[in-house]
Amino acid sequence: MTINLGPNLSYILVRRSYILLTMIIVAFAASISTVLFQSVTHNRILTPSLMGFEALFILIQTMIVFFYHGTTSYWLFSLLKFIGESCLLVIFSILLYRWLFSSVHFNLNLVLMIGIVLGTLFRSTANLLQRLLDPNEFSVLQSRLFATFTRAAPELIWFSAVVVSIIGILLWRKRYLFDVLALGRNQAINLGIDYRRSVTSTLLFVSILVAISTALVGPLTFLGLMVANLAYLLSGSYQHRYSLPVAFLLAVIALIGGQLILEYGLNMAGSLSVVLEFIGGIFFIYLVLKRF
Amino acid sequence: MRSAYLYLGIGILIVLSTISLFTGISHLSLATLWSDEEMRDILLISRVPRTLALLLAGSAMSVAGLIMQLLTQNRFVEPSIAGTTQSASLGLLVVMVLAPSAPMIVKMLIASLFAMAGTLLFMLILRKIVLKSALMVPLVGIMLGGVISAITVFAAMYYDLLQSLGAWINGGDFSGVIQGRYELLWLVGGLTLFACWVADRFTVAGLGREFAINVGLNYRQVMLLGLSVIAIISGIVIVVVGALPFLGLIVPNLVSLVMGDNIRKTLPWVCLVGGGLVLLCDIIGRIIRYPFEIPASTILGVFGAMIFLCLLINQSRYAKH
Repeated sequence: MTINLGPNLSYILVRRSYILLTMIIVAFAASISTVLFQSVTHNRILTPSLMGFEALFILIQTMIVFFYHGTTSYWLFSLLKFIGESCLLVIFSILLYRWLFSSVHFNLNLVLMIGIVLGTLFRSTANLLQRLLDPNEFSVLQSRLFATFTRAAPELIWFSAVVVSIIGILLWRKRYLFDVLALGRNQAINLGIDYRRSVTSTLLFVSILVAISTALVGPLTFLGLMVANLAYLLSGSYQHRYSLPVAFLLAVIALIGGQLILEYGLNMAGSLSVVLEFIGGIFFIYLVLKRF
Repeated sequence: MRSAYLYLGIGILIVLSTISLFTGISHLSLATLWSDEEMRDILLISRVPRTLALLLAGSAMSVAGLIMQLLTQNRFVEPSIAGTTQSASLGLLVVMVLAPSAPMIVKMLIASLFAMAGTLLFMLILRKIVLKSALMVPLVGIMLGGVISAITVFAAMYYDLLQSLGAWINGGDFSGVIQGRYELLWLVGGLTLFACWVADRFTVAGLGREFAINVGLNYRQVMLLGLSVIAIISGIVIVVVGALPFLGLIVPNLVSLVMGDNIRKTLPWVCLVGGGLVLLCDIIGRIIRYPFEIPASTILGVFGAMIFLCLLINQSRYAKH
């Protein structure tokens, strides 16, 4: 935050603290949502973004712009719209993934494959609709869908910060519940938990977090996967009171460190999401080769 | 009986091609076609090459997918899932940076070389996981493709070529295909015919390495041959029209669901269905937002993903019983 401070101190500090705040929010959303998602699905390779959550969000955004022409510019940045979209996302994703997890007999590879193809389907459909859009509307939309940390609107950041803090407190109070959920369906029911309801509410939190992260900076496919797995490794424990905070800290370090390297090491030559994609992809292949 | 169906298929293809010839902004009518010089030019310079390019690229990519599925013994791979297409784009970018004014043939050659290297890398990784799970193979391929395209995007951003590269990667756009820009695709057509000629060897190779060697097949040679065909087809199609997602995946699968696995029999069908599908997508893309055009690959992405999903879910049902 203090590297290369220019003369116009107050302006720069304000801008940079917004960026920093965005990063912290996104780090929180990506890491926590992934860890919870992995606990609910009992494995360490599925993540919300691999399962197409983010693509679904983009599709919903595109569809809203597509079916309500002409209102884009003011509609796009208002809070109301953000809340509406998040609700839609949550409803859709819960319906979709509940169906997926119950109807497909649980074969991890198949679910993962279906998730990836679903993601492609959502992205291509969004792409098709975007092609049908007016160029003006398209450019407004486009600017929202690329992962950058410098563009989110301040009121959106503040709103997200508040929501994320509330979710954080709620989740922290339920940390032991997640430990039980991670044991698997039968054990969890045995231990007296309303399994269906707990899973649904967990998925609800996951969807809200994904919605926030995607709305703020766009899709980041591999961040969650990397920090969650590193967190299990570093904390040496699957208990959520350790893995959740460690994953969060790792995500913050990854984002801020990555951005720092990008800006001062590589002269701003790429975008952070591309770097994360590169490292994350290799990491994923490694995980897959090691585990199967 | 079977040949009757084949004739029917060819008939449908001819109808589609005719529709493709007469779809577009400048109106063509049969009555004045040969008397009006301007109309004839439109037909010969733009419409005919476009239709031919659609057929050639569509059938070639489907055949490439089929060969890849035989060589990897896995139903869920195709050039864009195994990193081949992404490597070809990387090669294209390298040419754009080092020698922007190189002729098409050089671009194509380098893209094919990169495609080959990428596919070889995939095969090497594959050897490690080959006995584990059928769905691991495409997963690893998708991720490998992701890593390669991340490198490409990063380099493109660095050299400020993202936009011109994007036109290619997301391409599959036949609107730029006119006379003089598509002729390389005939080479692809020739390769497809060649693949039909040596089809039996691929069938045998598809039964597995041990079996193939047992019946006296030069396994390495056939592998290398297949890889080169796949790489060259992907390289040329990428350079001339851009990526065509899912095509190599769904066409061979659909055909073999109906026709079985002897590729000497299925290959003509794969060509036919592949060409027809791309043609259909292109026609839809031209009509849906008339007078503007939507690339065939975008339409293909939507339909292809849906069909693929159905295949996956059906496959799992089938496997359970």
